Amino acid sequence: MAWDESQPMVSIKDVYKSFGDLEVLKGVSFDVMKREVICIIGPSGSGKSTLIRCVNALNTINSGSITVEGQEVHDPKLDKLELRKKVGMVFQQYNLFPHKTAIENVMMAPIHVLKEDKAEVEGRAYALIKKVRLEGKENSYPGELSGGQQQRVAIARSLAMRPDVMLFDEVTAALDPETVKEVLVTIQELAEDGMTCMLVTHEMGFARELADHIYFTDRGVIVEHGPPATFFDDAKDPRTKEFLSQIL
Amino acid sequence: MSDLPVLLPSAANLLNDAGRQRREGAFRVDLKLWHGVVLVAALAVVLGVAEAAGNAKESPWAVLVNWMPFILWGQEGHWQGFSLNIIISFFAMLIGTVVGAALGLMQVSLLLPVRTGSWIVTQFFRNSPWLVLLFTIMLMLPFEIQIGDTIIPIPDWVKAVIGFSLPVMANISEVVRGAVISLPSGQWESAESLAFTRFQTMWMIILPQCVKRMIPPWMNWYAILAMATPLCSIMGVEESVTFTQQAMSAEGGRPELLAPFYVFLLVIFFIYIYPIARWTVRLERKYSVKI
Repeated sequence: MAWDESQPMVSIKDVYKSFGDLEVLKGVSFDVMKREVICIIGPSGSGKSTLIRCVNALNTINSGSITVEGQEVHDPKLDKLELRKKVGMVFQQYNLFPHKTAIENVMMAPIHVLKEDKAEVEGRAYALIKKVRLEGKENSYPGELSGGQQQRVAIARSLAMRPDVMLFDEVTAALDPETVKEVLVTIQELAEDGMTCMLVTHEMGFARELADHIYFTDRGVIVEHGPPATFFDDAKDPRTKEFLSQIL
Repeated sequence: MSDLPVLLPSAANLLNDAGRQRREGAFRVDLKLWHGVVLVAALAVVLGVAEAAGNAKESPWAVLVNWMPFILWGQEGHWQGFSLNIIISFFAMLIGTVVGAALGLMQVSLLLPVRTGSWIVTQFFRNSPWLVLLFTIMLMLPFEIQIGDTIIPIPDWVKAVIGFSLPVMANISEVVRGAVISLPSGQWESAESLAFTRFQTMWMIILPQCVKRMIPPWMNWYAILAMATPLCSIMGVEESVTFTQQAMSAEGGRPELLAPFYVFLLVIFFIYIYPIARWTVRLERKYSVKI
């Protein structure tokens, strides 16, 4: 069964996940098409980070199915490394490698994982650093960069693997307010280039502007979803309304 | 904590030290220059006392100076005396570090049997008395082994090296394990999501970051080891304490010489270990600021 672009890029079906006795996801389903940008919002502890981490198998699921380009993610026979070459992920805490410079952070995975030619990777890495507007910072260590700059290096590092889907797990939550914007701009440009993006975010303005579809999760289920215009202005569910009234 | 407000700062220091020692699994060899000054002063005092008690025999200072080369280097053309302490500590550290690093990495293995096995070995040797390990090894190993027609002798100092390397190995294993698990889990996760294999992650991402954290406790273990090497004098290894005792009996067992000779040994050990201890503290400060 070959996958083609008319089918969902990421398909989540009836996913259950618990940590011990704590049920975090209780039957979540939705699809993400190629070039689509979706935002998952919801109160803390509603399972949104867990959900996104299940997509690249950083977390396992108890039941249900998640496919990326038609491939079952939680198939025990799946080559996880193959999956992770297709799915890029950016974390709240950036998680750059502190002993490597910005450019080395970007170059490491393509050279050692994809075994690509160093000179070619280097050219691409410089282009990516430029793309995230960090020209001149190539040889800085993460410790010498601001949070926003580190997060943009992390995005470039992920992009260097040429992923088909990008996962963003509350990537601006740890940033100073003044640096949030620069990271959001980077993600926006990425979305405009046609990258398929799944974001867990608290930036409502950003979600409204950028997302094709919003999913609101609470206590492990998707309470409500829809395109931003309907979702933000015409929420039906009382839990959604309450959440939006608190946050907007 | 204390009820007396004036004691609060030192109570905080104690708490701080206790926390660090739990992490490192060892007391820190925390030598200060004034410790050395006190030792030298003590040497002068005990020499003076010996002089007064020695009534008209050769002066204790002259005796000590006479025996100094013997205590420091042993007989002409041999590595004995204090130089043998250094050699034993060097090789025990080398073996302990190499084997201990491997054992420490096994302790963070994903395979349960490997993890459990290495944990048991580590805990066993870490919590055994050094002297008992030393006795066991020195008495268990033969004085020579025969391979085919060649007979390879195992001198006592080599046995001592092996005996000391065991507790060092176990403690280095803990240092390595501690450093690896102290790294934020985000490092593993981001490496994982970039499709690095576990081996690549360990080798290129985790270990390079651990080295800095490991150097200060590693040096501290060297200092502890170097101070422990005289233990093997009990088994007659020809190191500095054995030779100090030989020197004293050669002088006819004059009791007033006891204190000067042993305080002299303390001074020698201080001179060797003080720079290591200071350097450790300096590196510790430097790295704790960086990371």
